[in-house]
Amino acid sequence: MNRPSKLKMAAIHAGLMLTCMATLYPVLWVVKMALSPSDSLTLTVNPFPESITLEHFREVLLGTDASGRWLFGRQLLSSLVVSGATTLVGLALAVSAAYALSRFRFPGKEGGMQTLLITQMFPATLMLVPIYSILEKLHLLDSLTGLVLVYATTALPFCIWNLKGYFDTLPRELEEAAVMDGASPAQVFIKVVLPLARPALAVTALFSFMTAWNEFILAATLLNDPTRFTLPVALQRYVGEYKVEWGKFAAGALVISAPVMALFFALQKHLVGGLTAGGVKG
Amino acid sequence: MKRLLALVLLATAWSAQAAGDAAAPLKLWHAYRGGEETAIIQVTQLFTAKTGVPVELLAVPYNAYADKLTNGIPHGAGPDVFIFNHERLRNFHAQHLLAPASKLARGDYFPNALEALEVDGQVYGYPMSLKSLALYVNTKLVPTPPTTTAELLAMLPALSDEKAGRFGFAYENGDFYFHAPFLFGFGGELFDASGKATFNTEGMARSLAFVKKLQDDRFIPQEITGALVKSLFNDGRVAMIISGPWFAGEVAPSVDYRVVALPTVSETGIPLKPFLGVEAAYVSSQSKQAEQAQALARFLSLGEASLVRTTVGRQIPADVAAYQLQAVKDDVLISSFREAAKNATPMPNTLEMLRVWEPMKLALRAVLQGGTEPQDAGALADRRYRALHRERPPDASPLPWLGLVGVMAVGGTVWVMRRPAPTLPFKRRYPDVALAATYLAPASAGILVLVFIPFVVGLSLSLFHYEPGQYSFVGLANFIDILASRGYSISEPLSFYFTLAVTLLWALVNVVLHVSIGLFLALLLKDPLLKLKGVYRVLLIIPWAVPNYITALMWKGMFHQQFGAINGLLVALGMEPVSWFTKFSTAFAANVATNTWLGFPFMMVVALGALQSIPQELYEAAEVDGASKWTQFRHITLPLLRPAMLPAVILGSVWTFNMFNIIYLVSGGEPGGGTDILVSEAFRWAFQRNQQYGFAAAYSVLIFVVLLAWSSFTKRLMRASSEVMG
Repeated sequence: MNRPSKLKMAAIHAGLMLTCMATLYPVLWVVKMALSPSDSLTLTVNPFPESITLEHFREVLLGTDASGRWLFGRQLLSSLVVSGATTLVGLALAVSAAYALSRFRFPGKEGGMQTLLITQMFPATLMLVPIYSILEKLHLLDSLTGLVLVYATTALPFCIWNLKGYFDTLPRELEEAAVMDGASPAQVFIKVVLPLARPALAVTALFSFMTAWNEFILAATLLNDPTRFTLPVALQRYVGEYKVEWGKFAAGALVISAPVMALFFALQKHLVGGLTAGGVKG
Repeated sequence: MKRLLALVLLATAWSAQAAGDAAAPLKLWHAYRGGEETAIIQVTQLFTAKTGVPVELLAVPYNAYADKLTNGIPHGAGPDVFIFNHERLRNFHAQHLLAPASKLARGDYFPNALEALEVDGQVYGYPMSLKSLALYVNTKLVPTPPTTTAELLAMLPALSDEKAGRFGFAYENGDFYFHAPFLFGFGGELFDASGKATFNTEGMARSLAFVKKLQDDRFIPQEITGALVKSLFNDGRVAMIISGPWFAGEVAPSVDYRVVALPTVSETGIPLKPFLGVEAAYVSSQSKQAEQAQALARFLSLGEASLVRTTVGRQIPADVAAYQLQAVKDDVLISSFREAAKNATPMPNTLEMLRVWEPMKLALRAVLQGGTEPQDAGALADRRYRALHRERPPDASPLPWLGLVGVMAVGGTVWVMRRPAPTLPFKRRYPDVALAATYLAPASAGILVLVFIPFVVGLSLSLFHYEPGQYSFVGLANFIDILASRGYSISEPLSFYFTLAVTLLWALVNVVLHVSIGLFLALLLKDPLLKLKGVYRVLLIIPWAVPNYITALMWKGMFHQQFGAINGLLVALGMEPVSWFTKFSTAFAANVATNTWLGFPFMMVVALGALQSIPQELYEAAEVDGASKWTQFRHITLPLLRPAMLPAVILGSVWTFNMFNIIYLVSGGEPGGGTDILVSEAFRWAFQRNQQYGFAAAYSVLIFVVLLAWSSFTKRLMRASSEVMG
């Protein structure tokens, strides 16, 4: 392959830099809001703060409730617990189901896959009322367990589809060879298939994590105790009925987005492979 | 896994009930923050010290508060006592959430506060505090506050200079709560003699003309939000604002201000009359400790509690005796608000009142954003009111439906039974069915309980009509109403067909932009010799990692007409600033811009992966054959991308079709519901228009049907493309 000309490279860099600037511009505004001392609004193009204060971050991160409990710490913990558990539960359920759908023959397989897809098309907000009653019957209202179960199951259809698609692309010969060597079906699954599916597992995990980490409508309806709120619910409180505290909202938004960005950064290599491969055979 | 099985067992044992615990503390729910929260905590501690009854406080986020109450209380998961505005009283009452205030003595409170809490002669809830609007005046800029609108108008020119970002006056003029004083001040009525809402009145036209002129003369800013009012007032850039007691805590210490009653309208001699909101402590009808709950609610509203709430929480007590206390008498803010509240009219707690907001908002925005003359706005609101006000359809008999379900079940069984027997026995055809069942069981159980059942319930809800407290079976009436576009012509916002067209356009434009931008960037990034590739890729993925409600609020701010960064950019380039949310085209463009920002990284990542999987030899071979770059792109890249991109495009189109957050938070359906898509419309029917769950469910079913049709179409596309691939 011949070396591309300098000019062409420069053009590519220019194009990418322009899009990066357009991409970062709104983010810089959030940073500016989070760092500016007042919510003062002026018509300006400048996305950099004129004076800097960490006050908003301090209040968001170190705020305590009336009885002196450190709210952010507890909320961070419950967000981590909920998102982590959602990822684990969701992945465990999705992996086995996707494997069965990819490898085994059984009646109702096609229909099941279609049904999974179909349930994704019903607007989620309107499932809220029935979900609430079901959790109430299960005595899981106002509990993180209930939230985890709802998140994990609602993310399942996407996770199963993505993983099934990836499993379909893995050659069966390896599994057959393992069976020849006397491995049990469970061993084949755990020792052969799962390690091969690592990119798709990473992407699916990332998606489950994000679903749980960012969701606030369900969490706000199901949870009652502010010390157990997930972070997005806490963030919502800064945009209240009468009061809107943009500075704190922006600071909170940055804090909430940071871990997801870090995960994206860490998993970005897998992201490219894990997602498309899942898509190829749909 | 064991745990999940246990859950499934639990699900089958639906009738289990939580055992009540008599020694449990009283649960008190509120949505207070800051000083008000501190006050309520102190007050409940006083109560516990006095009576020995512990109180468990819960601060609920405001957005979810009403839903939590209406969901929680009937299920026995609610509070014993809760604090809420009186505005929803009738609604709560219809759902049987409230117990009458049995320990209430009428003489203790202001009569207009009690009036607000009455339903059919019975008082529900103990009035705690009054909320009404008054005039906040920056005393440095305005030494003597205006008492009439003529005085106000005379002051404004000197105080306003739009170019310098200074204004004489500001309030949230697009919100009917803030416009109501003007409507009443100009002699307008909201309800006719029979109690029905009226909009097309003389007073309406005059009040709208007045506020429109304020804006046209540049005395008040445009597209005002609460945050803007606060920021301008605290920067000393606006001299006078209208707001309520809650605003006092928001004023910066550097601003000297005082609060006075709203001025009198010079033309009519009537003062600007704000609505009176009454915050009350309600006792839940399901409270297991009703006696103590009543005692707590009463305690919160009177005596020492009033004093603490006034001095610490800065509330305006509804308790008559509180104003005899020296501390309250000396408090200028409290007494000025009490003074201002004298002119206030209690906001009716009727369902009819709840129906007024959306039509009024439409009329206000239509006038303020231009395009509608003040005298025509009443008719506009009236039309919207009639469209939203759905009469309950006649009950239908569920028998034919049950019959249909029965026939289908029998038919299905017969069909399965009568299928020709398979050539191979079951065991041979599906050798690993037992294994498959083990692998599938946990996921299926979860999906069945938490996805499939809610889905079926949602579907069947569309055959019901819901009025607070009860469902009635109405058959297809909801669908008929929607599809016949009853109440509005087909080409108007709010008609199903208009919204559907907008939704399809929305999905199409977004997907095209996502894919083309994503693909373009992927092509730029694919060059293996490109330096800084990783950096670019990370930066370009950022929008995907930001939660989309944050994205939406961030862009909403950037599109503000006077203070948004986008208009800043336009002005810097020598162009006129654009009022983004007044025209369909620009509002739609704003939504699209936001959603494009948020959606292209996904397509970029998919395209990058797909590009990497195209063998480099193909290009080399083409090069040898002398194919141009463009020919290579068309004949190698595009066809080979197709199978990988297609599923992503389909997924993306379904996501976009139901992209509620962006529409709801960026344009909010402006102008006049024009940019609403089907999902946001369904949401409005469910949660903003008197909880018409059945109607909303019918909308959802239609969304579902459209997407189903789309998916069966795309399935064919995919099959075709995989055949091409062989």
